[in-house]
This record gives sequence, structure tokens and C-alpha cells, in this order.
Amino acid sequence: MITIARLTIGEASRRRVLWVLVGLALVAVALVTWGVDRLVELIREQGEAELQVKLVVSQLLIFIAFMFTFVLAMTAAFLGSPAIASDLESGIAQALLARPLRRSSYLLGRWLGLSIVVVGYALGSGLLAIAAAGWVSGYTPPSLIVPVGYLAMQAIVLMTFALLLSTRLAPIAGGAICVVVYGLAWMSGVIGDIGTALGASGVAAIGDIGHILMPTDGLWRGVVYGLEPNIVIAAVGDSPAGRANPFFASEPPSQAFLAWTIVWLALVLLLAIRQLRRREL
Amino acid sequence: MAQPPPDAPAIEVTELRKQYGRIEALAGLSMTVNRGEVFGFLGPNGAGKTTTVKLLLGLARPTGGSGKVLGAPLGDLATRRNVGYLPELFRYQPWLRAREVLTLHGELIGMKRARRRPAAAEVLELVGLADRSEDFVGKFSKGMQQRLGLGVALMGEPALVILDEPTSALDPIGRVDVRAIIRSARERGAAVFLNSHLLSEVEQVCDRVAVVDHGRVIASGSLDNVLGESETQVLVAGIAATDLPAFETFGAATLDGDRLSIRPMDAERVPELVNLIVSMGGRIREVRSGRSSLEQRFVELVSRDRSMAGTPTTDVEQPS
Repeated sequence: MITIARLTIGEASRRRVLWVLVGLALVAVALVTWGVDRLVELIREQGEAELQVKLVVSQLLIFIAFMFTFVLAMTAAFLGSPAIASDLESGIAQALLARPLRRSSYLLGRWLGLSIVVVGYALGSGLLAIAAAGWVSGYTPPSLIVPVGYLAMQAIVLMTFALLLSTRLAPIAGGAICVVVYGLAWMSGVIGDIGTALGASGVAAIGDIGHILMPTDGLWRGVVYGLEPNIVIAAVGDSPAGRANPFFASEPPSQAFLAWTIVWLALVLLLAIRQLRRREL
Repeated sequence: MAQPPPDAPAIEVTELRKQYGRIEALAGLSMTVNRGEVFGFLGPNGAGKTTTVKLLLGLARPTGGSGKVLGAPLGDLATRRNVGYLPELFRYQPWLRAREVLTLHGELIGMKRARRRPAAAEVLELVGLADRSEDFVGKFSKGMQQRLGLGVALMGEPALVILDEPTSALDPIGRVDVRAIIRSARERGAAVFLNSHLLSEVEQVCDRVAVVDHGRVIASGSLDNVLGESETQVLVAGIAATDLPAFETFGAATLDGDRLSIRPMDAERVPELVNLIVSMGGRIREVRSGRSSLEQRFVELVSRDRSMAGTPTTDVEQPS
């Protein structure tokens, strides 16, 4: 498993995936830094209080994080979806699996290697962007590790789903399905929130079902919660408007949800192993 | 590295079956490959050759029958340390250097770290890629990739080497090299299972062959056994099809235009046959006597098998 994980990271590095990700992350951080800097300057020129600066920067960070989750989702989907499928299509997997290598070890090795790549990307870009925004604005979220931790977990969830699809579907099909499912999960979360705000339990259940089937949106709420200043959480609280807003979270994801996410990952990995074992090469 | 039981045959399969939906890829295939021999596995397209290889390696599961590789059941994980494999569709990580592909496979078969690089260097030398050791596989031609695949199959000096069409991408020089490599593997005691369409290649390196069609072995044995039928061909005028019964004492006679063929026929009786033809008024232009080529024999076996619509042939010689 470790051999395959190392091979996977080596592949990402040699095929320049890692370096492209690092390059794009640096460009994104540079843009964030410049944008936040200009915005803070404009607000201060207008004589607004530092609290206002804090609020605007926190909202801007949430918005940037939202866009970054899409980039991360795409990265995870398109790294995961060819991981097994393209090896099987090309014949590379047959040469490896004729060796004393269990199919489960091969799949878990691919998963571990890709997890390290996407987590590294999520943590690196996320922490760097927050640190840069903090440097130019003076605002840093209450916790650094909470929002980027949820970002990384979101990436792992999506990559794992892509890996499952990769045991059966062609890379392009798996990647496309993954992105669509990610979008649907986000939409079901928004619809569920609106249902909760309006007190419509049937509509609210859509969000809950979405969170169970694909935990990415639930984890996104963790990112939002981690980026918000305490004062915003206290002000908006549990109001209907706050509940209906996908860019606001009054509380972090529950322990039960986090436990489910771990179980979800284990189940999807087991299913992927089962699919690969059953596959005739 | 785990050592296989030294007395077990390299491959032993009995009534092996494989069904893909409604298609029967293997219909009760039985054969034995001994240690230290080069075994040719022949058959037309779709006969079940690659399916057999995949079952032997555990890449696919049989739907019936049983088999052992180096004394262990099919698909046994530990045994694969001792089995080298060159797939028909060979492809290796294009982002790795040739040496790295080999050390990766060394690692996968449990070779000690210190041994991997020297072993890779030895194998690269053997397959003629020593000077391309640090080049990326993605830059290799198909022929070079096949040489590399052969190197992968030979890493760790496995007791069984399974080669699926090992010279399909090679030029004539490469083919000669491969024959030498196969012979050297046999010399160190390895069994080589050679799946090939190139009958001349099989003829040159194999100790025994099996001919497979419709998913079962239709003939097998030593090369001499399979090729053994000696044939006499006479280019002759003045002989008609009605004269053929006169030649039955020599063997089964057929007449195709002016070519009279008698098979099997003992070459010692050629003067006797010539006398008979002359006495019948035939005018002989040429007489040839010898074994039929493997290609002829192969076509004959497969045609006979197909004409019998899937029933077992009477001349099936079960492997020992």
C-alpha cells in the first residue's frame, strides 16, 4: 500500500500536477492578498471602524473559500476519477496486480497518495490565503485549522467518491458525475436550509438527506463556521435569515455528522475495494 | 523470497472453465507445464490463450475446474513473487525511468532494497536497455517498452515466466534476442510459458507445445510429437484421383492438381512409392519427404477441430 501511495505522489509530481497546483495556489494567494489589501484600504479611507474591516474581510474570505471549494472539488474529482480507470484501460494495473499486491492494497495506496496530494493542496493554499489576508487586514479567523481542516476533508470525500467511480467508469464519466453530484449536494443543502428557515420540515429533510448521501455541503458549513468572527455568529445567531444563508453557519457540524462522514468514507472505500475485487482484468 | 515447492509442476490445470456471460472462453482446459521447460501455447485468435494466462495469474477467476501454479492454487498471492509476466498489452508508467519500473517491481516482489538496483541493472543489460536505464518510459518506442516488459517479467529470477506474445513489437534482431533470453531463463531452471502466434518462434525455442482452440487443448506434447507426422509430397503427372486407393498401403493419400500427398508416411518407403508411381505410368518431377511444418500442422489441427463442431478430437494427447 505504501509503495503504491509513494508511486501515486511520484506520479503527481512527475506529471507536474503538484507543481501546477502549487503555481495556481500561489497565483490565487497573490490575488487574494491584493484584493483584500485594496478593499481594506478603501474601507479605511471612508473612515469606517476596524470592526467593519473585520466583518468585510471575514465575508470576503468566506466567499473566496466558497470559490476555492469548487476548485478543490474539481481537482479532487479529476485526480480521483482516472486513478484506477486509466491504469486499467492502459494495462498498467494488470502488470502491477499480477504481482503479490492485493487489489485492496493497490486501491488504498492510490487513495492514500491522492489524499496526501489534495490535503496538502487544501492546507497549503487555505492557510497561505488566510495568513496573507490577515497580514494585510489584521483579521484572522478564530481558528486557522478548523476551516482548512473542513476544506481538506471535503476534498478527501469527493476524491474518495471519484475513486469509487473510477473502479467502474471511464475517467471522463467519473469526473463529470463527481462534479454534478458535488453541485447537487450543495443545492440540496441550500434548499434544506431554506426549508428550515421557513419551518417546512419536508423541504428541510432534503438537506439532511443530501448531507447523508454526500457530506460535502455539511463540511462546507464547517468551513464557513471556522471563518466567521464570533461577533457575527452572536449577532445573526439562529435567526431564519441566518439559517437560510448558505454563507453563514451558526454552529459547527455536529459530532454525529463528523462521525458519519468517517463512516461514509469507510463505506465508500469498502465498496470501491469490492468493485475492484469483482472486476475481471 | 518464498520458495515454491521444488517438485510441483510449474503449471497444472484440470478442466479449467471460464464463462463471460454467454461466451465460453475456456471449456475444460487441461495441461501441465514442467519445471525448466519452455512451453509453447498456440491457438487461433479467440481460442482462450490470454484468458488462460489471466486465470494463471489470478487476474480473472475460473468458473470451473482447478489449477495450480508452482504447487499453489490459482491466484495465490505469495506465489506471484515467483512468477514473471509480460502482458500482451504491455504498458508501464510513462513518468518512470526504465530503471525505476524495474525497482518498483523488485519492491513489489519483496526484493531487498539493496538488491533492487543491481538486479535492475542486470535485467536491463539482459534485455538490451542498459544504455536507456535513466530514460523515461514515455519516450520509449513500442519495441523498447516490450523489451522493458520482458525485463519486468525476469526481475527476481522467477521460477515461472509467462510471456504473452513477447515479440509482437520487436524487429528481427529483437526476436533473436528474445529467443536467447528465453533459452537462458530455461538454463537457470525457469519454466517459460510462451503464448505466441509466431509459430516459427515456438518451433525454435519450445520443448513442448499445446494447441488450444475453442477453450480446450486439442493437441499437446513434445515438438516432435506434434510435428511428428512425416509426409511425402510428389509432383507427378499421369495419376488420377481414382488411382489413390493404390497408395493406401503407404498412408492417407490426397491429390491436389499434380501434387500427391501421403501422410503419415515413413520416409524409408519413398523408393517403393516412386517405383509404384512409375509402374502406374506416372511421370515424377519432384519428390519431397519430411515433417510437416508446425504451421501446417496447426492449421490442420484447428480445421479438424472445427469440422468436428466442438467435439473432442481423437488424437488429443493429454499432457503427461
